[in-house]
Amino acid sequence: MQLTDLTALEMGRKIKEKEVSVREAVQASLDRIAQTDGGINGFVTVDAEGALARADEVQKGIASGQYSGALAGVPVAVKDNICTEGLKTTCSSKILYNFVPTYSAEAVLNMNRAGAVILGKTNMDEFAMGSTTETSAFGPTRNPWNPDHVPGGSSGGSCAAVAACEAPYALGSDTGGSIRQPASFCGVTGLKPTYGTVSRYGLVAYGSSLDQIGPIAKDVSDCAAILEMIASYDKKDSTSIDRRELDFTSALVDDVKGLRVGIPSDYLGEGLDDEVRAAVMKAADVLREKGAVVEEFDLSLVEYAIPAYYVIASAEASSNLARFDGVKYGYRAKDYDGLHSMYKKSRSEGFGEEVKRRIMLGSFVLSSGYYDAYYLKALRTKALIKQSFDRAFEKYDVILAPASPTTAPRLGESLSDPLKMYLGDIYTISVNLAGLPGISVPVCTDGKGLPIGVQLIGDCFKEKNIIRAAYAYEQARGRWVAPELAACEKKYDGAKACGLNNAYEIHEAVSGEMRKICGGVQKAASAAKEVG
Amino acid sequence: MANIISDETIEYVGILAKLELSDEEKEQAKRDIGRMLDYVDKLNELDTSGVEPLSHVFPVNNVFREDVVTNGDEREKILENAPAEKDGAFKVPKTVE
Amino acid sequence: MAKQYETVIGLEVHVELATKTKIFCGCSTAFGGAPNTHTCPVCTGMPGSLPVLNKQVVEYAMAVGLATNCQIHQYCKFDRKNYFYPDNPQNYQISQLYLPICHDGGIEIETAAGKKVIGIHEIHMEEDAGKLIHDEWEDCSLVDYNRSGVPLIEIVSEPDMRNADEVIAYLDKLRLIVQYLGASDCKLQEGSMRADVNLSVREVGSEKFGTRTEMKNLNSFKAIARAIDGERARQIELLEEGKPVIQETRRWDDNKEYSYPMRSKEDAHDYRYFPDPDLVPVVISDEWLQAVKDRQPELRTEKLARYKREFDIPDYDAGILTESKRMADIFEETTALCGKPKKVSNWLMGETLRLLKEENMEPDELGFSPAHLAKLIELVEAGTINQTVAKEVFERIFYDNADPEKYVEEHGLKTVNDEGELKRVVEEVIAANPQSVADYKGGKDKALGFLVGQTMKAMKGKANPGAVNKLLKELLA
Repeated sequence: MQLTDLTALEMGRKIKEKEVSVREAVQASLDRIAQTDGGINGFVTVDAEGALARADEVQKGIASGQYSGALAGVPVAVKDNICTEGLKTTCSSKILYNFVPTYSAEAVLNMNRAGAVILGKTNMDEFAMGSTTETSAFGPTRNPWNPDHVPGGSSGGSCAAVAACEAPYALGSDTGGSIRQPASFCGVTGLKPTYGTVSRYGLVAYGSSLDQIGPIAKDVSDCAAILEMIASYDKKDSTSIDRRELDFTSALVDDVKGLRVGIPSDYLGEGLDDEVRAAVMKAADVLREKGAVVEEFDLSLVEYAIPAYYVIASAEASSNLARFDGVKYGYRAKDYDGLHSMYKKSRSEGFGEEVKRRIMLGSFVLSSGYYDAYYLKALRTKALIKQSFDRAFEKYDVILAPASPTTAPRLGESLSDPLKMYLGDIYTISVNLAGLPGISVPVCTDGKGLPIGVQLIGDCFKEKNIIRAAYAYEQARGRWVAPELAACEKKYDGAKACGLNNAYEIHEAVSGEMRKICGGVQKAASAAKEVG
Repeated sequence: MANIISDETIEYVGILAKLELSDEEKEQAKRDIGRMLDYVDKLNELDTSGVEPLSHVFPVNNVFREDVVTNGDEREKILENAPAEKDGAFKVPKTVE
Repeated sequence: MAKQYETVIGLEVHVELATKTKIFCGCSTAFGGAPNTHTCPVCTGMPGSLPVLNKQVVEYAMAVGLATNCQIHQYCKFDRKNYFYPDNPQNYQISQLYLPICHDGGIEIETAAGKKVIGIHEIHMEEDAGKLIHDEWEDCSLVDYNRSGVPLIEIVSEPDMRNADEVIAYLDKLRLIVQYLGASDCKLQEGSMRADVNLSVREVGSEKFGTRTEMKNLNSFKAIARAIDGERARQIELLEEGKPVIQETRRWDDNKEYSYPMRSKEDAHDYRYFPDPDLVPVVISDEWLQAVKDRQPELRTEKLARYKREFDIPDYDAGILTESKRMADIFEETTALCGKPKKVSNWLMGETLRLLKEENMEPDELGFSPAHLAKLIELVEAGTINQTVAKEVFERIFYDNADPEKYVEEHGLKTVNDEGELKRVVEEVIAANPQSVADYKGGKDKALGFLVGQTMKAMKGKANPGAVNKLLKELLA
């Protein structure tokens, strides 16, 4: 088995037992990135030099006892909307093409305190708005299982990087399913914690009342350990919650006897792919065999989650993204005539189509005369959705559901019809509206060889329930399987020839400095070669 | 399509959001927003009378800082990403006529 | 017959709170400082930064609300007011629209026309904007975020005022209340208190309000009075010409004594307020409210009553002394030290007011320490210095906060109580002024005064005039 095939905890153990040095672990990831990311485009920035320097520092820290955690020295990829001090953070947007934060997100600080080594920043839908990672200004990320397909989104880069073994684990963010859905498409495990569990300080806001940072890894144990590391009560985030018990790994127990599992029958109807439905039932059977009590129930209000979400998230986004104006950081248009022209040109040139679409929708629903009809109506709907979950959790410990109605669509298929893309988030969005924790776990692949994941949803602050259920399921399923990447590389060339790579056209349009970022992958490759 | 977005509305939203759209983009935006609103109108099927709007999912209140200075002079850092700078300040086009 | 018009005025008063740090971050609120030296990711709107509310802001807002007889919303929230401008780093201002902390209050004012209550519609908390510096050389503007995030309360009155006198009286009363609470220094010139005037006119007897305009950039009471007169005249002229008054925001230019509309076609004035998802509600318990009530300091009306009761000073003096919190503090502290309220009052009402007027200063700017004034009073009482010398010493206290004991010592100003020395000088004066001596002996009492004056002059003022008088009488007897 190759070093890059290990799970994060396995690698952490080898580092602790001095079988592997931190530098070796990091170098293995950098080599892997150099080898495969040209085809996958999971990274926006690879910081080879920084990672190797940090590797040596962490090695010393492990020796001195400064870093004693289970993940000390294990390299990690961070979604590009999570601020990293001194490392470009672009949100995959032209408007932040050159932004280098002078501060790190609290989750990143927590990781650093545990001895993490950051490999680089992963690609995403621009400002996390999208479900395919195609709206990135740096070109789409491809699904390592089949490069003609999307990896899902918005944390597509993080999920693809983990699936392709470029990084042992990654951080993502989830506003409407952005961790769980791409994890399902890429055959990895992704967890969205209860709102307020991981600090949002340093996470570039999309929908502030819905955003959460969470782990993406090869298995449930990794996710539990990563969450344990990044979760904290942060006084810099007013919505952070002071949770007493953050020992998520204690829930890694292969025992679901008596666990009450509910499957919303309203999730199993029209629109759900047969193979995905079968996967949910397969997972249900496994849990049942292990002693869980599984039954179907009516969750209700399912069809109202998406419209409510788009009103709330777009409204918040229209305000959150107002700060990108060419004054303090990021892209400023070259030719403008006066202040308002600078604003309009910088924003119109700096934001992509999907982002502009949501900003406009958000501005409209908040504008004079529409606030009550749209925004307040959506917040009332949110209250009802929360109530329906509250009722469900009176009867069940865990809700079992699909993560997405289908497996990963082909590139270009979703963007043509935004509304259709939005509908793909039907099983994940209500979890964000209600602030609940959810985990997506791979079950099997479909007839086309694309992964299918299922989602386990818990009540607020009950991550341990879903971790336990997911872990027990995983024990029965067996070890995580990596995609065969050789095929990926080959197919990618074909895809490139088809002109699907419109990202590079965008790159051409931007300054030379911008091109440097895009060259990050090549730079990493050469740096890796030099050092190696 | 039930929601017809007028040229004036798109113009107005452009002013609010500080976005400048080409004629083609405007037409596209009118269609997109109209379609989205048609979809959002689905919420009207739902009786929400008597339901309090829910901003925060959890009833967390009173998160405060004490009134103690914790930050020093960070000007250099703050200006590091400025597209244009002069005399320790962010430089912008003239704001007065 | 010409139509008679009534002016209807409401005020929006912004007060910068006296907290040490900004409303949502730990940056200092200290005035001055090179541009952007009091900034951090939060108050410059960096991506990913988040606000956390300064508790002291809530307490000050509650205190002002209670002192202006407002109701307190025990559940209040912050909303975002969205508009683009470079002094506003996030391009939204965190403010309160839907549930402001205080509402439905009012204060009583007194003008020549009598007493009247001015209603207060609401008081809300919000953040201040940064400062724009216009660079003429490069034809650009420069943004300084040092003031960005400084806490403000906005006190919104009802449209209850009818003329400039009432407006000034209202502002003055508000200023005193806020100053007494220690919630702000309320300096109009420095911008720590700013008033926007909402004004409309209507025919006398009409029930309906006219269309109002909002006037900004009013930096002094005089400017406010002039702007009110100017805007009233402008609106009446429009109405007389049959033209409509446009609801708009106007900027007052006090040099030109004219206001200009501030509107641009790029401003929609549609602020898209919505609850800020980054901040949680403020819930004020009964206990907390009571604790703030219990801590409320004595306000002016109460202080005035107590002065009349406790100190034997004229009502007029008590009124002047309590008109400024600083003056009242000096009075009380000095009195506590020397135990002579009347003497303290005399120094404040006399020399202090004279020098303030001479220097065109406000009582709030008084910088001397009460201990020094108390000591000065003791020096006079003990006969160590006389009144004339005391006035000279007081000037040094007023200007330099000099220690009177040291000053008197260093400049040799002590009254000469050495009998031999005094006698020698008096004898010299008698010898040098035979004519006056003769006049005195001839029954002209006035001549004695002249001789006393000559002696004081020769002693460089350091003698006790009573003692000189007595000695002269003895020697000339």
